[in-house]
Amino acid sequence: MAGDGVIGDNQVDTSRRGFLTAATATTGAIGVAFALVPFISSWMPSERARAFGAPTELDISKLDPGQMVIVFWRKQPIFVVRRTPAMLASLAGHDDRLKDPTSDNSNQPPYAKNVQRSRNPEYLVLIGVCTHLGCMPKARFEAGFPELGADWPGGFFCPCHGSRFDLSGRVFDGSPASLNLVVPPYAYPNAHTLVIGVNDANQKGVA
Amino acid sequence: MAPAAPPPASAPKPGGLRAWIYKRFPVQEFIEDQLTGYYAPKNFNIWYFFGSIALVVLVLQLVTGIFLTMFYKPGEATSFDSVEFIMREVQWGWLIRYLHSTGASVFFIVVYLHMFRSMLYGSYKAPRELLWLIGMLVYFALMAEAFFGYVLPWGNMSFWGAQVIVNLFGTIPVIGPDLVLWIRGDYGIADATLGRFFALHVAAVPLAILLLVALHLVALHQTGSNNPDGIEIKERVGADGHPLDGIPFHPYYTVKDIVGIGVMLVMLAIVVFFVPTFGGLFLEAPNFEPANPLSTPEHIAPVWYFTPYYAMLRAVPDQRLGALLMFLAVALFVVLPWLDRSPVKSMRYRGMLSRGALALFAVCFIALGYLGLQPAEGIYVILARIFACGYFAFFLLMPWYSRIDKVKPVPERVVFHAHD
Amino acid sequence: MRMIKRALLLACVLASGTAAAAAEEGAGAGADWLTWRAADDVTNTASVQRGARNFMSYCLGCHALKYERYSRLGTDLDLTPEELQKYLIAPGDKPGDYILTTMPASDAATWFGKTPPDLSLMARARGADYLYQFLKTFYVDSSKPTGANNLRLDATAMPAVLSELEGLKRAVFKEQQETGSDGKAMTVRVFDHFEQVAPGRLSAAQYDEFVHDTVNFLDYVSEPTQAARRALGIWVVLFLLVFTWLSWLLKQQYWKDVH
Repeated sequence: MAGDGVIGDNQVDTSRRGFLTAATATTGAIGVAFALVPFISSWMPSERARAFGAPTELDISKLDPGQMVIVFWRKQPIFVVRRTPAMLASLAGHDDRLKDPTSDNSNQPPYAKNVQRSRNPEYLVLIGVCTHLGCMPKARFEAGFPELGADWPGGFFCPCHGSRFDLSGRVFDGSPASLNLVVPPYAYPNAHTLVIGVNDANQKGVA
Repeated sequence: MAPAAPPPASAPKPGGLRAWIYKRFPVQEFIEDQLTGYYAPKNFNIWYFFGSIALVVLVLQLVTGIFLTMFYKPGEATSFDSVEFIMREVQWGWLIRYLHSTGASVFFIVVYLHMFRSMLYGSYKAPRELLWLIGMLVYFALMAEAFFGYVLPWGNMSFWGAQVIVNLFGTIPVIGPDLVLWIRGDYGIADATLGRFFALHVAAVPLAILLLVALHLVALHQTGSNNPDGIEIKERVGADGHPLDGIPFHPYYTVKDIVGIGVMLVMLAIVVFFVPTFGGLFLEAPNFEPANPLSTPEHIAPVWYFTPYYAMLRAVPDQRLGALLMFLAVALFVVLPWLDRSPVKSMRYRGMLSRGALALFAVCFIALGYLGLQPAEGIYVILARIFACGYFAFFLLMPWYSRIDKVKPVPERVVFHAHD
Repeated sequence: MRMIKRALLLACVLASGTAAAAAEEGAGAGADWLTWRAADDVTNTASVQRGARNFMSYCLGCHALKYERYSRLGTDLDLTPEELQKYLIAPGDKPGDYILTTMPASDAATWFGKTPPDLSLMARARGADYLYQFLKTFYVDSSKPTGANNLRLDATAMPAVLSELEGLKRAVFKEQQETGSDGKAMTVRVFDHFEQVAPGRLSAAQYDEFVHDTVNFLDYVSEPTQAARRALGIWVVLFLLVFTWLSWLLKQQYWKDVH
């Protein structure tokens, strides 16, 4: 230090100095942490995103048997398929070729943890996003579809890396994907209306 | 071959990761040369807080600005709506917006006080003329940044303020009208103008400011800081090679500047949370209406930090002369180091002429600022003319009064009272 | 801060009340209209709720609040979803929708000469006092296409839509001598007082409350986050004061070294 007594050589009260440094630094750090909150939170979905994330309604009386329609919920494509009795029958008999036949590891609401993976067997509701890396699978409902082999029972095929799913969205062995296609929350407020995004027809929106 | 002698013992070596970095990057040298080994005069007073505070406000503007850019959508059809989207629908968007708008005004308050300090203590005089010039460039860049930024919300004042200021360039002889067309990119202030101002405000000018601030600090560290007594502390050096009247910047001024920053943050918070529009000075009321080319606001005024110059512009009946005068008013700051002929730096040791002149300047600047906010009619114009004369007299007469003014003897050592 | 503001507001109200009383004796009702203050208080939730209902009933036909959502109103005004749906949401709109008017802008421009402006930010752009004065100074004027004029905004394109509530009133002007800018004397028409021509459904006091509530609502809508802002501000400022004090103690400690 400078030798002229500019910096005094009297005993520096190091303990008080250390305490004050620690106190100020801690308070400052707490302040910085609080200050970060608005900036980090600003990345959360805005009110607009949340409004658009509100449940989507669909009139299912317009669907023909065997037809699929795609709607959007929370920016994701939702497959709604009106399955024929033949399509439902094709769900049986290939459990040994499925990675998760009883949907134990996959993502679906409790009412969809069954073979049909739906509330009402006639209508299948799936999030149309491949559980591998996120491409949109294509509908391949025809049994024995040429490129998919004679024993193809009908289902979905993802063009990006070749994952295959049956008509309940259950993933086949040999696919890069390991989980069945996700079932979103949905409900039927009445016989001809499907609401995607809520588990209970009276709910306003999924939290 | 004999093994090399072990390296001489020096300060305790940091271990591990720090040692690895220190070997590859001049961190230790930087800390020693620029912080713990950089000596600043020990007699800094309140006027010396504003440099570090300005740096903090710059960081604040950069951070809040970056986050605003995430949600703002530039374009005639979208700008205004996107700002309201930020205010109402982005989580904490209102806070980020108010921090940015208040920060802009705080930036200018701080910079003006910072510049006034230099005028009080002769910090622009040799050998610090270049430091002053770089600082002036920072000031110009800041004014450009503020002007471009104010257009972005695309409120009615954004539009008409841009209209008026851009039209000023039309007064330049010969190239004026073409220049205005080139700046605007269209036949009126429009989408093209907004787009380029957005790019300049968000990217180009901030980069320029960062570079200039870095250069400003380099120039400062080259000469060392001035002080309220205007004494060059490097002229009296102790046995250890350090100025007798100097103290290491770290820890003494780091710890002191934190207090200054704290006070600034308290005042910033009071404004942001309780009076964000500050009576229409920080956020002007007409700007809460979208830009309307068919409806001029009753009183077009720039934001308060430009109004001293705006008052001078309107004080002159001729548009071209008024613009020239306004330009000159800003430019005169640049040549201050060469107008000032006093042998003494600090006002503490100058005579009544210099002190009176500086006081007059301060009064004129503030008065002009107030007048720039008023409508340009009647008594306001007359007063603006009088105060403009005072403002120019300060600069133009300085070579004379600074030379003939009586000076007091400058002490050998700085005046310092211990803080006990 | 709010205490000070309240005290000042109270003083102003008392002062203007006294001034109004004095003015009424001398010049007649409404002569002091430029001094009328909105005395708005967005924390008075009941008032803002009434104002919201007033707006939906009388203003939404022409004016939108395009930056505000119904659902936000519900949250900020402590309304249940049922109350929101029943009292405030226009038929056909959903809670997440922005509050838009059904009047097509181009038709409005044809009918009124001007598109009725969106009111989301009007309280910030003109001020609550302006809005209060505007809604209280309509008068009958047969020379105007709408049959009405306004003291606050002369030749306004807006008809006196609230006259059903306020009643109809006439503006009485008087001649006054003034010196023009050229130095010569000239006669100028200056507003003197209002005269009630026909009563409305509301009494004067009820109409005043109506306007006060509506302006309060518009003030809230112009910045829905204002209550949260002030509430948080107290804590932030206190925290920063503590931090500054600690840092000052630290500075004092270190600067003991310096002589």
